[in-house]
Parts: sequence; structure tokens; C-alpha cells
Amino acid sequence: MRHIISVLMENEPGALSRVVGLFSQRNFNIESLNVAPTEDSTLSRLTVTTIGDDRVVEQITKQLNKLIDVVKVVDLTEGDHIERELMMIKLKANSGSAREEIKRTADIFRGQIIDATPNIFTVQLIGSSDKLDAFITALTGTTVLEVVRSGVSGISRGEKVLSL
Amino acid sequence: MVIRALRDEGVKYIYGYPGGALLHVYDAIFQQDDVQHILVRHEQAATHMADAYARATGKAGVALVTSGPGATNAVTGIATAYMDSIPMVVITGQVMSFLIGEDAFQETDMIGISRPIVKHSFSVQHPEEIPATIKKAFHIAQTGRPGPVVVDIPKDMTTPTERYEYEYPKSVKLRSYNPVNRGHSGQIKKAVDLLLSARRPVIYSGGGIIMGDAHEELTELAQALNYPVTNTLMGLGGYPGMDRQFIGMLGMHGSYEANMAMHHSDVILAVGARFDDRVTNAVDKFCPTSKIIHVDIDPASISKTVSVDIPIVGPAKEVLKEMIQLVKSAKEQPDAEANKLWWEQIDEWRARHGGRYRTDDSELMKPQQVIETLCDVTNGDAFVCSDVGQHQMFAAQYYKFNKPKRWINSGGLGTMGFGLPAAMGVKLNFPDADVACVTGEGSIQMNIQELSTCSQYDMPVKILCLNNQSLGMVRQWQDMNYESRHSQSYMRSLPDFVKLVESYGHVGMKVDKFSDLEAAMKEAFALKDRLVFMDIAVDPFEHVYPMQVPRGSMRDMWLTKTERT
Repeated sequence: MRHIISVLMENEPGALSRVVGLFSQRNFNIESLNVAPTEDSTLSRLTVTTIGDDRVVEQITKQLNKLIDVVKVVDLTEGDHIERELMMIKLKANSGSAREEIKRTADIFRGQIIDATPNIFTVQLIGSSDKLDAFITALTGTTVLEVVRSGVSGISRGEKVLSL
Repeated sequence: MVIRALRDEGVKYIYGYPGGALLHVYDAIFQQDDVQHILVRHEQAATHMADAYARATGKAGVALVTSGPGATNAVTGIATAYMDSIPMVVITGQVMSFLIGEDAFQETDMIGISRPIVKHSFSVQHPEEIPATIKKAFHIAQTGRPGPVVVDIPKDMTTPTERYEYEYPKSVKLRSYNPVNRGHSGQIKKAVDLLLSARRPVIYSGGGIIMGDAHEELTELAQALNYPVTNTLMGLGGYPGMDRQFIGMLGMHGSYEANMAMHHSDVILAVGARFDDRVTNAVDKFCPTSKIIHVDIDPASISKTVSVDIPIVGPAKEVLKEMIQLVKSAKEQPDAEANKLWWEQIDEWRARHGGRYRTDDSELMKPQQVIETLCDVTNGDAFVCSDVGQHQMFAAQYYKFNKPKRWINSGGLGTMGFGLPAAMGVKLNFPDADVACVTGEGSIQMNIQELSTCSQYDMPVKILCLNNQSLGMVRQWQDMNYESRHSQSYMRSLPDFVKLVESYGHVGMKVDKFSDLEAAMKEAFALKDRLVFMDIAVDPFEHVYPMQVPRGSMRDMWLTKTERT
């Protein structure tokens, strides 16, 4: 099963390599990963999506918690949560019909065209990973030139807060 | 600042080897007497000495090595300590901070290289950080589940002409590191209820009892309940080895009665042990009828390989104390009749195989006899520092450890070459104690250069080299699984060990006959101020038994070359 694990950790050199190293060292897989400082510049928030049964995910959270740089760990998929991923996708748009098709599909998915040349559209799309996948699938007749995705970010719904 | 901080931490000895990146630090060592430096002959030995000091005392040992090859030579020693959860602080020199990343002379990314084998590591960014960083390193190494910590210090952080305010912190607080200091009372209550209702209980304890200083509590609890106790390789000495309730080591080379009792038990109390693959054999066949209580300081050790019924996260000492209280005040006590039957069964197993080996099939001395003689001569009270291989298993099986922290061996990593430096580290800190290094002609040659360090610092350890002229454990596996094709497992051109040690100024003895052994060993231990190397010829064909059958359950064992359960 797919899990989204959020990690609050010290914003220090080497901290990220410890987290990433742990996954390879213990043979855990990483589907996506993103990390950035929080409102408190001494802390970073890292989100990792991984696939594994309950036992593996339990080990992942326990092993992450053991890292000295890690302050808190939560498996967001255990409760209600919101997940988002940002994608920017560069598409060939050198004919009227292609440009129409991209525009229409982007509208359906509530994407935005954020850059355009006579030959190219770059679309920005935000949503769950599934939605981003669906957008790519929907663009059947269009040539995809480049895709960049941020990896999943997640936050729990309601009152629950992951902080110090 | 580095040496001052070590002094303020109460460090008496550091073990190391100088080099370019550490010259400022070595100059500071020269100018003081509080912290004494032991110059080894290879950095691996420095880490093993520090490690063995920690194993014998519970306090973190300190190794000091230079950048590049000095640091990489220390890696095996760091990994050894990591696998056995041993507190250690390893200070590594680093090239000047402005050269980092430029492939400078003797530069290596030690933080990166050591990352998977340390509890934590620090890279010093400013000289002012040194005292607090060293304090943190000791704190992290020694608390919770202990482990090695690396402190990497670029050369320009120790420039003596630059002066900074020095203050050694009295305590440390880390917001992201708060080891638990007691177990969950509700879980402990549940565990005690289960324990008291057991009809075929076993207490299975590991290194956590030793490092967690919980041997007294373990002994008290086991004796209050009259339950059998088995120890892991790392846990030997956690319960008195000569006591009736001790049923031996468990696992791959565990005793017949310990493995049988585990397999047939209904309740297992595991304390400070981690259900390692060398203990459990095939996990899907592990103790099918048992309910398991697992006490460990590290939550990640619980249900890692074997699912447990009652997990308790906490220090062994505190949890066992609470358990003792509950057992004493409990209205219901264990069923006496069931307990009696269980002991009858265990005693029957013990009588059937326990501690037997064949002495009749050859004229050659058996390695087991050597260990039994050592145990007799030292009365079970010596520090036994072992290398890795058959001799290690024989020592674990046949030396009856009555006290904790006396059995010093590389259990998790299985590092050949560990024994001699370990014995040195212990002897230096316990000059009046008997310290034996049990080794083989293979292992000893992995760090034999340290005989020179022993001369320099007068470390009169006793080295018992069980010489079977082959890598015995490898050979055993080749006998059992590869139709005795002895690929690369025998040693030609062994040195004349007696002459070799004499050239270092030590005493060498060669023993070929069992009838000479005891007298020779007594003589060796009577030479209090000399290092004695006993080159003991043992049967090269001997195997370690019992040996669990691969992928079997706990009770599936070879008992001799021809007999299995």
C-alpha cells in the first residue's frame, strides 16, 4: 500500500542524506520525495511517498524516528489528509488543433498555460498524483516534450498539526 | 579545545594514530598529562580498543584518527561497535575546511562513508562549537540504545594561534533526541500477568542486559520465578553461567536445551535482545506455540523480524525493576506443578546432550578442552576477548561467565582481528584483571601488528591461539554444505608464532598435548607482567555443535557430524 510519510527535521547539513541513506540502507523504496524549510528556518519538512505493507511502513517510521536529526514523523495516510503535487509539462503545440486540444484539456483539469511560444505550451497543474497521471493519459494525441513533478506534499485535515 | 573537552568529559585514555590533519591536536596532547594517548599500529586497533573499553565499563571509548586513510581504516571498528550497540566517540581529522570537496591530499568524506554505521555524526563548522559538539557526541553515544558517534574536525578548526572562549557544557538537551527512561506501566502489568500464567516459560536475554546494567534485576526476576534463562551471544554474563537456571546460549550454535526450551515454550520474555537471524533460524518456524513479551530500549527492534505479543519500550533495568515489584506483590504465583514438569523436561534435554563433545576419536587436543581449561584456571572470572570463528563459538559455549561485561566479542559484525586490540583495551583499563584473548591463527594475523603496541605500553594480555591451521568456521561450512571442498580455507606458511612474539619481546609457548595444557596455562597467567602467546595445536577437523539446520526451526539441529534432531 502507498503511504505518505511526513518528517519534521533539523534544517542542518547532512540531515537529508541521513534520511535518504536510511531508505537505501534498509531496502525501503522511495516513490517521491520533497523537502523544504518551514516557517521556522531551523526546521525542514520532508514528505516521502513509499510503498510497503504495514510492517515495512512501521519499520520506516521507527527507523526515521531514530535519526537524531528527525524531530517528528507522521504517516499521513493513517488519517484524513490532503495531498498535492505540482507538475509542469512542456507540450508540442505547433498546430491550431493541437493548441486547442491542450487548452481544452488543461481547462478540464484546471491547469494553466504558464508559458507559450509558437511551437510550445507549458502547462502547470496541481493536484493529487493520480490527477497528474490522468492529465498525461488524457493528452493522447499530443507530444510530451518534458515533465517535471515536485513529488507529493501532504498535510493532515482538521485540527491535527505536525510541529514542535 | 578537543583535548580539554575530552579531559573535562573525564576521559583517561584515547587510542589513536597521528597524521597531517591532526597535528595541532597531537601538539596539544604533547603539552598535557591528563588525557593519555595510546599509539596503535593500525587505526582499526584504536577503534577496537576504545570499543572494548566501552564493553568492559559501559562508558564510551574514544579513538582519534587522521583524515583519509586514517578514517577509512577506522571504518571496520566503527561498524563493529554499531552492530553491537557499543558507545564510542571517534574523532576524525579532516582537511582544511576551505579544501573540502576539492580532492585534497588525504581527504575523504568521512561523514558520508560512516553514515550507515554510526548512531550520529558531527562535522565541526567553527572552533567554538568543539566543546558542545564533543559533549553532544558523548551524550548521544551513551544514552538510549548506545552506538558510535563520529566527530569530523577540519584542521583549521584546531589552529592553536586562534583563541576562543572555552566552556564545557554541563548537560545537553536535544529537541529531537529524548530516549525513554521507563516502560509503559500498563504493558508491564500485562506482561507480568502473562509471565505468571506461563507453564513453559523461557527468559531470553541479550546485550541490552549487559549495556543496560540490568544483570542484577534479571537474576532477581528469574530466581523469584524459578524460570530458565538463555543468553544470546552478546548477552553472556547477564545471568550467572554456572547457575542451575542458566540453560546456555541459544541460536545457531546454542545449546540443545536452550533451543529445545525456546521451541517448546509457551511464553518467552525477551529482554535487550533483537531476534537476530543467528538466533531465530527461520522466522516463520520460530517458536510456534509461544507468546512473546519483548522489552527493548529501541522501538525499532520490536517486531522487526518476529512479531511480538506484548511490546515494552524502555530501559531493561527500569522495566525489570517494575516487573520484580509486580511479581512479588502478585496474589497468584506460577503453577508449581507446571514449573516442576518444565524443569524435568529441561533437565532431560540437558542430560541428553548438554555440553557434550567427543574426545575419543583422535589423539588431537579439542578446542573445547582449551576453553574449559581456561575457565577452570581463571575460575570463570577473566575478561575473555574473542576473535571470530570456531574459537569464538567454543568460548561462548564452554566458558561459564559469572559476571557481565567479561565476554568481549564482535557478535553482530563478526570482525576478525577484533580480539587482540580488544584485550589490550581491557587490560589497559583493568591492569590487575586476568585478560585472555581467545583467537585462531587466522584472526590473530588480522591485527598481529599490535603486539608492538603491547610492548610499548606493557599490556600483559594472555593470547590463546587455537591453532587448527585452517579457517575453521569456513571449513566447517564447506564440510557441511560443499562436500568438503576446502576452497581457500586453510593456511599455508604460518609463521613460527613463538619466535614472532619473542621478536616483540613477549613470551611464546607452544602446546601440543592436552596433558601439558593446564600447567602451561597456569604458568602463563602467573607471569603477571608479561604478554604470553600460547600457540595451541587443536584438532583441525573439529566442528562446532550444536548447529541449527538452515531454514529450520529452533529445534532443528545437528548435534554431531552424524546425529541430528
